[in-house]
Amino acid sequence: MADEDQWLDEEAGPVVRPYALTRGRTRPTGEVLDLITLVTAVRGVEVDTAGLDPEHLALLQMCRLPASVADLAADLDLPLGVVQILLADLRVRSLIHVHHPTPPAGLPDPRILREVADGLRRL
Amino acid sequence: MAFGGSEAYGRGPGEAPVTIKILIAGGFGAGKTTLVGAVTEIRALRTEEPLSGPGTYVDNLDGVEQKATTTVAMDFGRITIRDNLVIYLFGTPGQERFWFMWDELASGALGAVVLADTRRLADCFPSVDFFERRGVPFVVAVNCFEGARRHRPEDVRSALDLDPGVPVVLCDARQRSSVRDVLIALIEHALRVLQRARAAGTSV
Repeated sequence: MADEDQWLDEEAGPVVRPYALTRGRTRPTGEVLDLITLVTAVRGVEVDTAGLDPEHLALLQMCRLPASVADLAADLDLPLGVVQILLADLRVRSLIHVHHPTPPAGLPDPRILREVADGLRRL
Repeated sequence: MAFGGSEAYGRGPGEAPVTIKILIAGGFGAGKTTLVGAVTEIRALRTEEPLSGPGTYVDNLDGVEQKATTTVAMDFGRITIRDNLVIYLFGTPGQERFWFMWDELASGALGAVVLADTRRLADCFPSVDFFERRGVPFVVAVNCFEGARRHRPEDVRSALDLDPGVPVVLCDARQRSSVRDVLIALIEHALRVLQRARAAGTSV
């Protein structure tokens, strides 16, 4: 097991099982949400809390305004993969809107890039 | 507030929030965290990655294989250009054993900064390879550490065997204005790549 040892240093962190929260699921239902995908809680719906964990409800609170998956994971201090699964749960229940970062063509708009360059110059 | 409220959010295509992903890559200790920290507040993201290879399955209880995972911390930061237009900078984990995360990270990225330390130039070879293969636009930023001999960008370009179009810029990862210039160089490069692709009628 010499190969295993290389993982177990301070850089790698503890070997843990963080997916207890997701009841053992390691993949989300449906697509994996990107780090910069924006998520917004759907307004004005009655949330049936049966089957939802406190972390689901915390996420719903945190994305009352659009928030990125990366920011939500950092704010909740949970591993990214776990947050992606919890968000997928909320999406299945139609409790969140998902806004994908890139247009269907996959290419950003040149006008946006020029705006970004100009914005950076003002930093 | 980085992103407008839900009212603005659904108003129309012009109002849709845009997020842009930029990766900051380079060898371990090349200054990636310093670079992100120079332009924005650093946020920490944890990932739990399943171990692969030997030692993946550490237990075997009742026939159920328990997957072991390892924690990988990743730095990121965001720069708000205006309401509803935000850049995210993600520091990629430098050690090669964390490379399995890169595919997800690189997906949808506008571009990447490969931070090079001229004292250990070979450390950024894997990053250069990765972005070349994936067709992700990138610039090489030579971090001018104190005590390191100054290198001319042309020398770094030739040592890394870069395509002529790939910008090489000198920078000081501690300096906000220097990092800003690196990011501008990347955006302008990505714009050129994008326009070339459009002119050729192909997708990147």
